[in-house]
Amino acid sequence: MRGPDVVWYLCVAGFLFSTGALGVLIRRSPLIVLLSLEIMLNGANLALIAFSRHFAQGDGQIFALTVMAVAASEVVVGLGLIVAIARRKLDLDVDKLSTLRG
Amino acid sequence: MILASFANVLVWAIWVLAAFACLGSGIAVISFTNPFYASLSLIGNLASLAVMYLLLSAEFVAAAQVLVYAGAVMVMFLFVTAYLGNRADAPWAGAPSWQTLGAVAACSALFVEVIVVVGLKTSGRLSHQGEIHSSFGRPHEIGRLFLTDHLLAFEITSIVLLIAAVGGVILGSHSRDTPMGGVQQ
Repeated sequence: MRGPDVVWYLCVAGFLFSTGALGVLIRRSPLIVLLSLEIMLNGANLALIAFSRHFAQGDGQIFALTVMAVAASEVVVGLGLIVAIARRKLDLDVDKLSTLRG
Repeated sequence: MILASFANVLVWAIWVLAAFACLGSGIAVISFTNPFYASLSLIGNLASLAVMYLLLSAEFVAAAQVLVYAGAVMVMFLFVTAYLGNRADAPWAGAPSWQTLGAVAACSALFVEVIVVVGLKTSGRLSHQGEIHSSFGRPHEIGRLFLTDHLLAFEITSIVLLIAAVGGVILGSHSRDTPMGGVQQ
């Protein structure tokens, strides 16, 4: 393989995952939390595909495609929840949605 | 020989560009206050990731990434952002609290941990790579794997997508008992 080694791709994947985790932790808007979740899933996808290329096995790409489908379903349900919250005129703030807290 | 080294330098240059675009747009996504700009940055992030997938000879996944993510998913995000209008804005809450500082510290620790584990565990073992066939990453090969070795993953994916579609319709539909804005907290 020309170009960088698999380790470089893993570093980028790790950085993407930590960036997404940071976004999930510090942002309060549910839309941006969902976007950060997408970044985390993409970091995992990059690691899967880098290892798939390194070991010359196609299985990693299969799992990356599955992760993509799960991410799409998660976005559908998450955006449906956000629209339902907005329609009930509640605040779009994940810290204030604590009605279910025990 | 000169041509091969030139190609190597070219691949490195494209990789560095894609990696920095990827990291920069990732940070932009979590720092914009306007979710519209955050969604646009995520599209840039997905496009630069697709470039890296191409460098890893995963052509089909790169195409699916652009079509499914940058096409379908981001359009949904932009529609919801437009539907919410002003209410979607997510301003930063003044001075950073101890929670924010703790989150930054935890995520930096996570990143350092990933780097250390990768450096310690993979230094010797990942030195030689497998050789790939010319069909690696092509739709034909992906389809063969999906329908032979990974049939269960394929079927479970279809069920997950079906459940998500039903759930999206149920969450998004109006209920007759509760008119718009009927329930207030």
